Amino acid sequence: MNMQSEHLANASNYLTYKGKHRGLLGWILSTDHKRIGLLYLYSILTMFSVGVLLGLAMKLELLAPGKTIMEAQTYNSTFTVHGVIMIFMVVIPGLPAVFGNFLMPIMIGAKDVAFPKLNLLSWWLYVAGVFLVLGALFFGNGAPDTGWTFYAPYSFKTGTNLLPAVFGAFVLGFSSILTGLNFLVTIHRMRCPGLKWTKLPLFVWTLYGTAWIQLLATPVVGITLVLIALERIFGVGVFDPALGGDPILYQHLFWIYSHPAVYIMILPAMGAVSEIIPTFSQKQVFGYKAIIASTMAIAFVGYLVWGHHMFTAGMSGTAQYYFSLLTFIVAIPSAIKVFNWISTMYKGSINVQTPLYWAASFIFVFMVGGLSGLVLGSLATDVHVHDTAFVVAHFHYIVFGGTGFAFMAAIHYWFPKIFGRMYDKGWANAGWLIFFIGFLALYTPMFYLGMMGMPRRYYDYMKEFHGGNILSTFGSWVLATGLIIIIINLVRSAQKGVPAEANPWNGKTLEWTVSSPPSLENFDETPVIAENDGPYNYK
Amino acid sequence: MENTLHQEHEHYDAEASKIGMWLFIFTELLLFGGLFIVYSVYRFLNPEAFHLAAEELNTTIGAINTVILLVSSMTIAMSTSTLQMRKKGATLFLLGVTVVLGLVFLVNKYFEWGAKFEHGIWPGSEHLKTAFSQGEILFFGLYYVMTGLHALHIIIGLIIIFFAIHRVNRGTVNENRAALLENAGLYWHLVDLIWIFLFPLFYLIH
Repeated sequence: MNMQSEHLANASNYLTYKGKHRGLLGWILSTDHKRIGLLYLYSILTMFSVGVLLGLAMKLELLAPGKTIMEAQTYNSTFTVHGVIMIFMVVIPGLPAVFGNFLMPIMIGAKDVAFPKLNLLSWWLYVAGVFLVLGALFFGNGAPDTGWTFYAPYSFKTGTNLLPAVFGAFVLGFSSILTGLNFLVTIHRMRCPGLKWTKLPLFVWTLYGTAWIQLLATPVVGITLVLIALERIFGVGVFDPALGGDPILYQHLFWIYSHPAVYIMILPAMGAVSEIIPTFSQKQVFGYKAIIASTMAIAFVGYLVWGHHMFTAGMSGTAQYYFSLLTFIVAIPSAIKVFNWISTMYKGSINVQTPLYWAASFIFVFMVGGLSGLVLGSLATDVHVHDTAFVVAHFHYIVFGGTGFAFMAAIHYWFPKIFGRMYDKGWANAGWLIFFIGFLALYTPMFYLGMMGMPRRYYDYMKEFHGGNILSTFGSWVLATGLIIIIINLVRSAQKGVPAEANPWNGKTLEWTVSSPPSLENFDETPVIAENDGPYNYK
Repeated sequence: MENTLHQEHEHYDAEASKIGMWLFIFTELLLFGGLFIVYSVYRFLNPEAFHLAAEELNTTIGAINTVILLVSSMTIAMSTSTLQMRKKGATLFLLGVTVVLGLVFLVNKYFEWGAKFEHGIWPGSEHLKTAFSQGEILFFGLYYVMTGLHALHIIIGLIIIFFAIHRVNRGTVNENRAALLENAGLYWHLVDLIWIFLFPLFYLIH
């Protein structure tokens, strides 16, 4: 009898469901948002591993001055491909494509996203973009060496195989636009009865803000990349100073997208942390509306700060003052969130589990990254540290520390829901600790090195910088060790872990009301949110 | 049980499709918006060269194409009305007219570009680099990029309309499920609208 009911429950969950297609086709042709979420998870983790290997290779090269393992040209290609992979294929799709796809429809009480086929198309476009970029590595005259920003005029002067990489980035952008469009319509049209805007889980709110940025900023970089491609093929002239064009205009157009893209990366990360902290504090989130308002403020002001990437590139003093001022203003809503998270934990009944470790360390690295961003946002100090290792340390603290740590927090938080099994908590904690120590050792010395004047994007450096670089390279090995432990633990647990309950953390959002793993249609009947229900109602 | 599941998959939300299309149109506007920014910056920097280069363009063909697109926008708007009135034949006819007008637009564009090529004016050509100033090179570069991208959107629009014709013909797009046709219309209006801006920017402002 018991066996029988367990069998029935398994037969209907999304992992074991048998549709029109079997095996691999049942996944890559599935329009189920949960399967698409996992497709993204596996493809993003694959690309992340490639990016990590390239990063390790760069750190190994910087272990000692002079040539260690690679030539200058190889190093240039390595940091370019590392950047393109990590930015366009890992952190931009990262949380929205994986956890947004998997959880957002469940969190709003829907059976799927508004356009399931379009959702699958987004994943296929993502894969196409990945293959285009990787194609640039294996065909033509060597891997791109422009840096992930494809700055003009070098991007159409270099002899390396840049076109497929630029086109791949364009296709990845298109995939991102379609995901954003899908999420916007889903959140507007498919919330279950009673789920008002003021009752939406904060992760959904941040996805909503992110989707607007994806939609409104990505087309601008799309056309900019098209112009770079046309410049390379035909010599249109718009960015070529020899034909009257202006390379600085390229930088403006590029950063009009690529700065808001930073908020595409960090907003869903903030959303995930805003789910995790109330759950593990068993307490109503502090300042729910303040978090929403700061999310939308970041999404809006984030459009207007792109110029701070170009303080030393040639810009009027007036423009510099405004961009610097706006950069300081955009720091305020981020700081509001930090106060909210800390206040949520204050006097809560804190349940120390792996996701909370990740979330708490997220707050720490995010603050270091954010405050070092203000050093770069002030005009006087920026001149000093621009294009040094300081910048590299800053954005890895924010992008890898922020988005990466939140991704890890999210996967450890929702793992039992996604796979229906629990991971080994001891190994998960050990993995976090080693990863965290490695992270600090890897990036903290770069702040110091940058202040001392070590430039970024060189395979060589002066002897004075040797000590800090040794520590940094050593940190990269510790971080990689932690990462291996985490991944082995999760992969093993997905198959052999103890079966998880529907609500292992006592969370209050809707995804914890359905079985683990969820059934194919998520809900047996559409949930209804009562007047006094809310996403964080803890008593 | 099986039946209810099936019904859920048939879930049809015309409002959602329309919101989706409007959001997509935003992204298209921003795509061209990037080009309009580039155009305005270079026009501001090279006012005289842009004036000289614009004289090379054939205003008559441009005006004819503008009329063609405006009429085609009208015919596709009429087709959504006739679909509501359950006049399937009229709907198909109006959509056919729209397609023909779109094709005529492209043919005109072909001859227009062809004439420029005969004069040795295309991006990267030796003649353009030697006989023209930098501002004029930029003008023609932008002319080809912007009208070319617009022509690409005409082609995409025509494919969507073909798809709508097929679905209207089969009856899967009808007065109760008209979202596909309405979205095709919205997209076609967008293509028209962008031309309304391109035409004065390149042909009329001197």
